[in-house]
Amino acid sequence: MMNCREATRLMSESQDRKLTLTENAELKFHNIICTGCRNFDRQMGSLRLFMKEFAQTPESSDTPTRKDDKPDV
Amino acid sequence: MNEATAIDLTDEAFLRELREQMLKFARLQLNDEQLAEDAVQEALIGALKNARSFARQAALKTWVFAILKNKIADVLRGKYRRNEVSDDDECNKSGNLDDELFNDGGHWNADERPVNWGAPQKMVYDEQFWKVMDACLNHLPANQARAFMMREFIELTTDEICESMEVTVSNLNVMLYRARLRLRECLENRWFAKT
Repeated sequence: MMNCREATRLMSESQDRKLTLTENAELKFHNIICTGCRNFDRQMGSLRLFMKEFAQTPESSDTPTRKDDKPDV
Repeated sequence: MNEATAIDLTDEAFLRELREQMLKFARLQLNDEQLAEDAVQEALIGALKNARSFARQAALKTWVFAILKNKIADVLRGKYRRNEVSDDDECNKSGNLDDELFNDGGHWNADERPVNWGAPQKMVYDEQFWKVMDACLNHLPANQARAFMMREFIELTTDEICESMEVTVSNLNVMLYRARLRLRECLENRWFAKT
C-alpha cells in the first residue's frame, strides 16, 4: 500500500501527465483514508490556479489597477 | 480609442517599474544578466508599439509579460540546446524538504499534514496574498523555481523543459515535486495557517 510520500509524488505528477489506471486507483484508495493527502491533492489544483492568476498580474497587483492619478476615461 | 484613453508612455515611473519587474523575472528564468537585458529590451520594444491600444496599465503589463515570456521561451530553447549553461544537478542536492515532512514510513509528520485551504478562489483578490506568493516563489531553490515557472507560468511542455534544462523526465518530475512541496508548505505556513 502506497505511503504519503509516494502519493504526493504521484499527485504532483498528475499535474504534468495522465496517470495510469492503476496509479489512479491506488491513489484514490490512499486518499480515502488520508486527510492530509486529500488536502494536498486539492492544493495542487489551487497552486495551478494561483500561478495562472499570478501570470495575469505580474508581481503584486499594487500599481496596475489604480487609475486615480490618471485623467478620466 | 482616442488620445485621452491611451496609456501615457511618458509615465517614466511606470515604465521604470515595469522594466525592473521584467528584468527580475527574466533573470530568474535565464540566469544570465545579458540575455535577460536583451529579452526585456526586445519585449518592451515589441510591446510598446501596440501600447496605444491599451487604456489600462494593468492590461499593458499583462501584454508585455506575455511577450516577454515568449522571448524567454525562445531563448531557453536555443540557449540550452547550445549548452551554454552549465548543468548543475541541483535537483539532487538542494532542498530535501521531503525528509522533514515525512516520517520513516513515508507518512506525514503530524504537524506537517496539509490542512484544508478553504476556497482558494477568494485569495486572488487579496493583494497581501500575492506578496506572500511572490516571497514564497523567491524562496524556492533556483533550479526548482526555474522548472516550476517554466511549467506553470510560461507553460512549456515536459519535453520542452527537459530539453531546455537538459534533464531527464524523472529528474524534472522530482524538481517539480519539490517545488510544489515547498511552495505549498510556504503558503500554508505564511498565509493559510494565519487566516
